[in-house]
Parts: sequence; C-alpha cells; structure tokens
Amino acid sequence: MSSNSPRSVQTYFNELVSWATSTLTGDEVLTASLSAEDSDFVRFNRGEVRQAGSVRQRMVTLDLIDGAGSGDGSAAGTAHAEASVQLAQDPTLDRARITAMITQLREQRALAPPDPYLAYATDVVSTDVVADGGGVPEPEWALDTIQRAAADHDLVGIYAAGDVYHGFANSLGQRNWFQSSTFNFDWSLYLQADKAVKTLYAGHQWDQAAFESKVRWATDQLAVLARPPVALDPGHYRTYLAPTAVTELIDMMSWGGFGLEAHRTKQTPLLRMVTEGATLDPAIRISEDIAHGVAPNFQEQGYLRPDEVVLIDHGAYNDWLVSPRSSKEYGVPTNGASAGEWPMALAMGGGTLGAGDVLSTLDTGLYVGNLWYLNFSDRAACRTTGMTRFATFWVENGEIVAPANVMRFDDTAFHLLGSNLVGLSSEVETMLDPSTYGGRSSASHRLPGALVDDMTFTL
Amino acid sequence: MASVDSATYEQLEDRFRAALPGDVDYASLRFSEERGERLAVSRGVVEPVATTLDVGVMVTIWDGGGQGYAATSDLTAAGLADAVERARQWVARTRSRSVAESVPFGHPVGSYRSPVERSWDDTTLGERIDILRRADARLAIDDRIVDTSAALGRLETDALIITSGGGRIEQNTRNTYPGLRATANQGSNTQTRTYGRGSFVGQGGQEVLDRHGFDGAIDRLPVEALQLLDAANAPTGAMDIVLAPDQMILQIHESIGHPLELDRILGDERNYAGTSFVTPEMFGSYRYGSELLNVTFDPNVSGQLAGYGFDDDGTPAERQYLIRNGMLERPLGGSLSQARAGMEGVANSRASSWNRPAIDRMANLNVEPGSSTFDELIGGIESGMYLQTNNSWSIDDSRNKFQFSCEYGQLIENGELTTVVRNPSYRGISATFWRSLSGVGDASTFTVMGTPNCGKGEPNQMIGTGHASPPCRFAAVEVFGGES
Repeated sequence: MSSNSPRSVQTYFNELVSWATSTLTGDEVLTASLSAEDSDFVRFNRGEVRQAGSVRQRMVTLDLIDGAGSGDGSAAGTAHAEASVQLAQDPTLDRARITAMITQLREQRALAPPDPYLAYATDVVSTDVVADGGGVPEPEWALDTIQRAAADHDLVGIYAAGDVYHGFANSLGQRNWFQSSTFNFDWSLYLQADKAVKTLYAGHQWDQAAFESKVRWATDQLAVLARPPVALDPGHYRTYLAPTAVTELIDMMSWGGFGLEAHRTKQTPLLRMVTEGATLDPAIRISEDIAHGVAPNFQEQGYLRPDEVVLIDHGAYNDWLVSPRSSKEYGVPTNGASAGEWPMALAMGGGTLGAGDVLSTLDTGLYVGNLWYLNFSDRAACRTTGMTRFATFWVENGEIVAPANVMRFDDTAFHLLGSNLVGLSSEVETMLDPSTYGGRSSASHRLPGALVDDMTFTL
Repeated sequence: MASVDSATYEQLEDRFRAALPGDVDYASLRFSEERGERLAVSRGVVEPVATTLDVGVMVTIWDGGGQGYAATSDLTAAGLADAVERARQWVARTRSRSVAESVPFGHPVGSYRSPVERSWDDTTLGERIDILRRADARLAIDDRIVDTSAALGRLETDALIITSGGGRIEQNTRNTYPGLRATANQGSNTQTRTYGRGSFVGQGGQEVLDRHGFDGAIDRLPVEALQLLDAANAPTGAMDIVLAPDQMILQIHESIGHPLELDRILGDERNYAGTSFVTPEMFGSYRYGSELLNVTFDPNVSGQLAGYGFDDDGTPAERQYLIRNGMLERPLGGSLSQARAGMEGVANSRASSWNRPAIDRMANLNVEPGSSTFDELIGGIESGMYLQTNNSWSIDDSRNKFQFSCEYGQLIENGELTTVVRNPSYRGISATFWRSLSGVGDASTFTVMGTPNCGKGEPNQMIGTGHASPPCRFAAVEVFGGES
C-alpha cells in the first residue's frame, strides 16, 4: 500500500513541527494538527471497475498563538490565527511553505482582535497509537476476490483501503499520534431498479470466511427481493429498524443534538429534553465511546478524549460534547470534542430482543434494513423525515412476505425511541464509517436494532 | 492572496510534461492550487482567521483497456514519478476489467478566468472583519435573538490540465461565499432566518455581496426570525404554492439535476447517492414538466458559481438545453458517460479537488425565465402559500419522492401575500411535480445563485453547483407545517 515505512509519516511530522518551533519568536506558541492518508480506492459498477486509483495527502493545520497574551487565554482574549497547508513530505518544499504560512499568520494575528474563546492544551500529555493488524490485503488480491464474489451478480460499490494518520504536536513538546491501517468495502448487490441489498465489510484484518458469509447473506436476500413487491399506503406501521437504519436516525439526532453550543444557542433538536424535560424510553443509553471506537483519542487543540461520555442515560439527557472553544465560552470543562461537537464513536446499548425473535416479535409490519436521506422536518421537535432504502420487507405473522417499495417516513425521535419503542435488539452491530469526504473517516457506530409501534409513513 | 503566476505555471508545466509518460494511450496531469480564507463573527466575537493552501496533482493514465489514477501532494520530480508509477500499476490491475476501455478524451488547449469587478485583494483583512462585525452587531436586535453569525468565505483556484497529446488548459476561478444567520428562541420554539442558506454565492469579488442585497438582509433577517416565533404553523392541505428563487434552486438541484446525471442513470451511484427514475429511453420523448419548463446547462452565465471553460476531462463547455418546453432532451453526462451510454451530453465531468477523480456533476443548471411578473404569480392564487429559503431537503434514491421545508412562509389569500407562517413544508413526486408548473417569473425576477456543498461519488466529493431561477408557481401541492 504505502511507500512509507510504518513510522515515516509520524517521524516526518514531528520533526517538521520541531523545526517550526525553532523558528518561533518571543512567547509564541504553535499547535499543529495533521490529517493524512495513503489510500487505495476501487469503484465498481455491475462487477466491473469504474475508477481505480490511489490518493496520498498530508494536510496540517497550524495555530500561531501569541503566548504572551495570557497563555491559556484571559477575559480579553488571546491573539492567534489558523492556517491549513498541504504538505508535500519534502523537507525543502514544506519548510518553505511553513515559513511563508507562519509569516502570514503573524500578520493576520496582528490585524485580528484577541480571541476570548481560544483554548489549547497546556499540560503536555503525549500518546501513541498504531492500529495495524497487517491484514489489509494487497490491491490485486482484493480486486480478484471482489470480482470473483460478484460472479454473475450486479455488484456496485467501493473498496477503500490503506493507512490513515492523525497527529498533534505543539511547541510545548506534546506529541500525539494515531495511525490505523484498515479496509472498508461498502457495496450492494442489485436485483433490478431500486431492489438491492447493501452490505459493509470493514476492519483491520481481512477474514475471507467472514466476507464469504456476507456475500451469501446478501445473495439470500436477493432471492426474497425477487418476489413481487408490496406497495404500502401512507399510514402507521409496526416497524423493525435494523442497526444500519438506527444509525441514520441517531446521526440526525447527532446533528447538534449533543453539542454544548447547539444547546446553549437553542438549536439542538433535543431542545424539548432541556426545556420541557422530555425523555426517550428508559432503555435508551447513548454515549461517545472512544474506548471502543476507531477514532483518535485526542483532538485538534491537543486535548485528550475520555474513554466515554454518557450523553443520554435511562432515556434522559445526561451530558454534552464540549469543544475547547465552547468550554471557554460557556465555562464548562472540555471533554475533548472537536469543533463541530459531533460524536466520533457513538454507541447505544442493546436490549433484550434476541436475533431469532425479531421477526416473530414484529409479527406483522415492516422490516427496514436501511434508511436514507434523512433531514429534519421540524428540528426543534426532533421530527425527522427520510426514505426506506435497499432491503425493506413486509412481514406477516413473523414471516417475510415480500419486498416493500420505498416509503417516506416523517416522525419524531420522541415517538420512535420514546413512547412508541417496543424494544431494542440484544445484539449490537459495530459499523466503521465508510465516509470519504476530504479523507477516509475514523468515525464508527455501535448500535442495536429497534422495534417500534406505529411509525408514521407519509408518501 | 497570491495567485500562481505565469512563470510558476511554466515551471510546473515543464516538470509535469517531463513526468507524463508518452508510451500510453492517454495520460493527463491535473494540478490545482486552492487558496481559501474564512472569516466569521458569531455572537459578537470574531472567530479565528482561517486560511487554507491545498496543492496537489492527479495523474490519470489509460492504456490497453486499463485505467488508473494517482493523486499526490508531492510535486517534486520524485513525487510525480511515484504517482505515475502508481497510476500505471492501476492500469495493469484493471485491464479488461473496466466499464470502459477506449479513451474518450481529447487534447484541447484553452483557458478560463472568473470575472472579478472588485477584488477582495483591494481590501485589508481588518476591513473585511469590520464588515462582518458590523453585520453581526446589527443582527442582534432583541433578547430573543439567541444566536447571530456573519461570515465571508473566499476560494481562489488556479488549475492546470496537461495531456500526453499536447493539451493544455489553464483555469483560474475566484469564488465568494457570504453568510448571515439570526436565530430566535422562545421556550421550545426556535426559528432561524439565513441569507439564502448559503446560496447567494458566486464567482467574483466584493460585488457578489451586492447582487443579492447583503446589506439589506442584515436588518430584515432578525425581524423575520422574530415574526416566525409568533407565527402559527403552516396549514395542511393541497394548495397552489409559489417558490422563491432561494427554494427553487433546491427543487431544481434535487429533482431535475440529480435525476438527469448520466452516471446515476448508468448505475455508478447506486451504492451511495442513488439511481434515477429517468431511463435512457426517455430522452427525446418524455414530458418532464409543463410547457412552461425550460432548463439549461449553462457554464457561461457571468458570475455564476460553477462557470468554467472546460470540464476536468478537458471537454469544452457550452450552453445546452436539457428540457425544452417541458420535453426532456439531454442528460448531464460528460465524455466518458456519453461514450458508455451512446448519448450526447454536456461538459460536466468535474472533480472536487486534485485528490478526487472527475465524475458527472451538475454545474450551472438553470430554469429559464418565463413571462410572469412576481405580482402576477401571486395574484393568480385565491388560497395558497409563498415559501422562501430552503431549510430541509430529503428525496428518495431514484430522485422521485421528495419532501422539502423552508424557513419562511406567507399565506396567499385572494391574490395577496398575508399572514406569516412557520415550518412551511411540502412534498411531492418529481415525475409529476414539474407538470404542475403553472407560472414562471420573468427576466426581472431571474436570480443567479448556487449551492456550495453538493455531495456525491465514491470516494465522496463535495462540490459547488450553480443554479439560477425566477420564482415559480405550482398547482395543488400537498403542504403542511411542523409539530404543534
């Protein structure tokens, strides 16, 4: 995969920041946050390659702080400015770029007013995590294996693999490193039109038996999708949401739901939990579970993330994700959240519904494998709309009868995970985020399925 | 911000040409340098000045039925040689395994430059921050305004494409992204008004702020947010609606633009962004909308966000009708998709940056003006609703069943705008919705805008698209409001 030796990116980054530190003047403080990857991407359509290639990028974000201003900030604030620059990993080029950028930051810092909400780690705590099981397959092998699995099927999706790097370093001597070597195969088997089964296979170590099991499962689902579909009328249906569908619901809730800034500016979709004491079902426990995720245990200003932050407990709101900036603005200690205060390793506890009992307990209703394109129809009420997608089935008397045509739902989290929640599956599924906007994601979810009564479908 | 000057371009081109292999069917090197600046003032506090310098290249090679790319931020001769080698390896791996094996690209020569009337470089950082400080302060008119923000983004992109057959395209774009937000709250009711939700963007400099009345909006938005706190929820039922341009752009984007993307029709996006209810057989014979619907792909609208001279595969870009008098004529597909589908398309193969391969995207996709004044659009409705500024969007993976919500609604009663209503929403089906188009605003109402963040592709890509539209009227649409 990478032409680098296992630690070469880390060594280069740390040495570059040490060099940049030597160029600082007076009481200046420099922080540097690296986001980098060496990734392979193979995109498939109908079992053939649509696009294939590699991406190598190294983006570093610098924050040049006037340390004489007040160190960790004062009421008046501290002058600083930020810049992100793409590194070439060539010392001559990069030192020239960093030098130019620091000069620019000094000029900008002088023109911008002091920032009262600047916060950065001043306790030097260094960490080093390298998650490399050595099990990411060679590209040729992966391509052969996937195309063999596709066989006569209509397979579409993307295989992404390689090394992802996150680093933090500052002029105070702190060094944090997180490096992960993973693969993420995000794919669908299509029967026809919009009838398809979506599957995700991701991890550090490719297990051929596990992959073949997923292929068999998807193939079996196709046989059910071949039955004549049912077109349901708008209405209220008892519905089982598989863990992948619950992930979509919780992701919408996470859009401001758990961030301190969104709460204090009254824009959280969970506003009613704060203003009216509204609750979800007592079985709901949601946390930011860094200890069991795949995200770095540090953030861009150098603060470490605790193993767990319990956000909702026994259905009641418990805690926020607090970025360093929010911590200064609202006087609440940071818990290592990034600027967007968005969960990176969201976990939801399971319930008592056994895997073998899901269909029989559902009895008659909808089995929803995936939800799609969710958005708020009334944000303040956490009312969400979206579509069913991929494997969604109509179930009668505990037996799958037929695939269901896509339906639009429009309902609130307070119904779906509150008053109308029947139960949660005992099995929780871990899903590595396949998102690749800007770079490969290090986020993850660990969630159960949810059985709900009277879910509202509108179109 | 310092542009890539001609001497630097020449040095880069020499180095790139030396790196490009000559023994393959086709090779290209696409370079871009993106320089960004983001300024914001929120709740009276200036956020840290944030700038970006993102530089890199993508090498693409087609040879003997194989294809591959390699993107790198290492522009040294050794870095480029490594990228060429990695692209060659992908060519070998994909030979006889690809959806297309013959090269559909040419070797054009040309250039493009954004029109800029008043450059931001003529202002100081302090002056730009002051614009935002004053704006943010004017938004905070009442204790119930709990959040305010004024923001200004700039993005300059200097790009160079060279090909193994002597092609050379240089394109320099200058984009401006203004934003305003006022949020009002009372109890469990929170209402936000924005400056077109980020849609009043475009190519150009300071003049972009004047195009859509940035200064006037500063005083209007907090007043409207407070109005919404006291307003009733929008009514439920079927009624005629008029969509303002800053909602029309979303309607165009989701239920015309995406369904007409040829790569979706060919199935490339089925695992992610989705497929399309449109099939190849429908072009030339399918009635997409009423006789009033005319839609163009137009990269030449001055100042529109996604204007360019060539797409990222090097195809010269020109205006084309996609829908004329309601009839579907042409898809949004670049050279490769056209070759795969055996159809004519447009020059819309675009990449979000140097680190992503080009795919079919919307660029400037516009509803052409009709003949109605705004007053005529409203005056023709006995009982209906006028909806402004997109707030929420959701549509199925075939781009058919949609539900959209807006920030601000007003009832239309006996041909006049009356009561303000909150959480105005509507739903419909693309395949039938555009046939209910019953009025299109004239040229005086035509508004040029854009959407900065359109997500699509595997690996994922976020890109800006341009949309322009007059306000439009639709008959008998299902509308509703929020929770009581």
